[in-house]
Amino acid sequence: MSGLQIDKLSMRFDLPNGSSVQALENVSIDLKAGELLSVLGPSGCGKTTLLNIVAGFLAPTSGEINLNGNLVQGPGAERGMVFQQGALFEWMSVRENVGFGPRMKGMAEKPKREIVDHLLDVVGLQEFKEKAVYELSGGMQQRVALARCLANEPDVILMDEPLGALDALTREKMQGLVLKLWKETGKTIILITHSVEEALLLGERLIVMAPRPGRIHKEYNLPFAEMGVGQDLREVKKHPQFSEVREEILGMIWDMEEEIMGGTNK
Amino acid sequence: MSLLAELWSELYDVLGTLVGAAPYVAGYIALILLCGFIYSSIRKFLTPKADYGSLKTVTFGDESSVSSNTVASVVSVVLIFVLWAAFTGSKLLPSFMHMPGAFEGESSFTYTVEANGQTDDATVAVTVFPTGSEVDAPAIEPGDGFALNDAIALPIFRTELLRVDKNDTLGRDEGAQIVEVDGKPILPGGEVSVDFGKVAMTPKGTLNIKPSTGWQMEPIWLPAPESVWSRLKEIRYDGYRNSTLAEHLGFSLFRVVIGFILGAMIGIPLGYAMGLSNWFRGWFDPIVEFMRPVPPLALIPLVIIWAGIGEVGKIILLFLAALWIMAIAARSGVSGVRISKVHAAYSLGASKWQVMRHVIIPNSLPEIFTGARVAMGVCWGTVVAAELVAAEKGAGMMIMVASKFQSTDIVLMGIILIGIIGFAIDMLMRWAERLLVPWKGKG
Repeated sequence: MSGLQIDKLSMRFDLPNGSSVQALENVSIDLKAGELLSVLGPSGCGKTTLLNIVAGFLAPTSGEINLNGNLVQGPGAERGMVFQQGALFEWMSVRENVGFGPRMKGMAEKPKREIVDHLLDVVGLQEFKEKAVYELSGGMQQRVALARCLANEPDVILMDEPLGALDALTREKMQGLVLKLWKETGKTIILITHSVEEALLLGERLIVMAPRPGRIHKEYNLPFAEMGVGQDLREVKKHPQFSEVREEILGMIWDMEEEIMGGTNK
Repeated sequence: MSLLAELWSELYDVLGTLVGAAPYVAGYIALILLCGFIYSSIRKFLTPKADYGSLKTVTFGDESSVSSNTVASVVSVVLIFVLWAAFTGSKLLPSFMHMPGAFEGESSFTYTVEANGQTDDATVAVTVFPTGSEVDAPAIEPGDGFALNDAIALPIFRTELLRVDKNDTLGRDEGAQIVEVDGKPILPGGEVSVDFGKVAMTPKGTLNIKPSTGWQMEPIWLPAPESVWSRLKEIRYDGYRNSTLAEHLGFSLFRVVIGFILGAMIGIPLGYAMGLSNWFRGWFDPIVEFMRPVPPLALIPLVIIWAGIGEVGKIILLFLAALWIMAIAARSGVSGVRISKVHAAYSLGASKWQVMRHVIIPNSLPEIFTGARVAMGVCWGTVVAAELVAAEKGAGMMIMVASKFQSTDIVLMGIILIGIIGFAIDMLMRWAERLLVPWKGKG
């Protein structure tokens, strides 16, 4: 059985003051190998918790996750993660950062160098490979993070708002890069984002989550990711269906946010 | 209440000293401003700087436009030496730049005695000789009348009581009284200015010869720069208290280095354990948090009681001084690691040991280096203080013994050397930090 099965996942945090927060309730997602799923939702809907459970950093209160038929217990190299920012190792050069995974596996120097060189070509950082990562711009650092994740040949790539801290122009370029990498490598990707546009552009499937308790609110199957491969993303945004879905989702999230605000005011 | 009154009177003394020093501080500030004014007016005639900063219109309040002015630094250091030399009459300065010195040489004054309605004058020859030489009062003619001439010799910076009437035919015991000095009337408890300084009269009628001390400092308070320098050369070759200068400084440094290395060897693993395990954190938190605020100097008496004044005691003291600082630095280095870095390493397939080796240790190095810099500074201060208390060799011992023999030049030389070495240690640590942890502050 291939793909990623998230089965009836629930997560409850018990707070020190005796109360508890239901971060996730009965979340089930069935992801086929090679699918790109984007997850949207207002803050506090449990997106990051979901990703942390899939990555194995958190154990769910109930439910389970299977990857290619194996139960997920704890972090592992088959599930790579790209963080928002600041997860690169600043004591290593760009090349060493990208080669970190293979090095942990004990790979020999030569094949490791080939993998690193190839990935630095893919993300366009060949000439920066000896630089320290803190000398790079934010966009370049995220390219390094992508390459570092890919170097490990994971089955699933988990992205936790990887483009969230970038400026608008860099972000658009990086969205194109993510799409290109997805198509070229055929990896299964879960992408968490705050941006509705980004979720629409990149997600083959899209899940909108609702808060309190965190649950799946609505699911979409979208054509834009396929359209966007090898095409200008701004053209995709002009598509009439694009703005229609965008408005629908924005309205949905607005309503949820308003509900949260109303709830706290009362 | 008596404690409060005592503290208040102490505070009053301190404030009095501050008020007394205020004019000098004001004078120094005026000198700084004057030099700054001269510098900026000279600079107007030179080519103006054409960098980005020179185009800024707002500079007051812009932190980035304030940088250390090299000229000011040089002038300030040179000025310290010039003032030092001027107030000590140093040969390094031309004599017109010296402050007025103490009177030295021969002079005289006359005094007038009144007895039974008669008056008579006599002369006192005064010889003021430099410290170190021994000069006898010159032989003089006794002169005529009932008041006879006197002579006195005394070293500079000193005063001496002189019973001028002792040799007179009509003295104090016969009802004679000194009424004038150099033709100026004087009363018991009064004072009269003369050529070479002042002559005062005690309430009993004895004259107090007070040659002018000038503005210069006595060498016992502040020796001239060149005498400090010649003392340095002398001790460098001949040593002091059975050890050469290199031995004194070498022993101090040796203690610091060994104590620091031992402290780091125990402290860093301790800090890691505290940063990585609840049990160790709980176990050592009370100990570390209690020992950290105890100044190492306060441990000196205990260490001397337990381990004596030899090397072992000093190294234990420095070990303790470095231990807590290094443990806390390592602990905060470990706790400061971003969880996303640790997560990233695990999801790239690293084992616990690999996370430790490749993430936690390198991430904590900048903090450890900061701690090491602090620890080296504290150790250097502590070793000098410990040697002041008791030691057979060492920089602190050298200046303490020298102060007991009033060899102020050795004391000054020692202080300057201790300062230079402390500064060099800090520079060395900073250099090592730049070289070994270039990613510091870049996370």
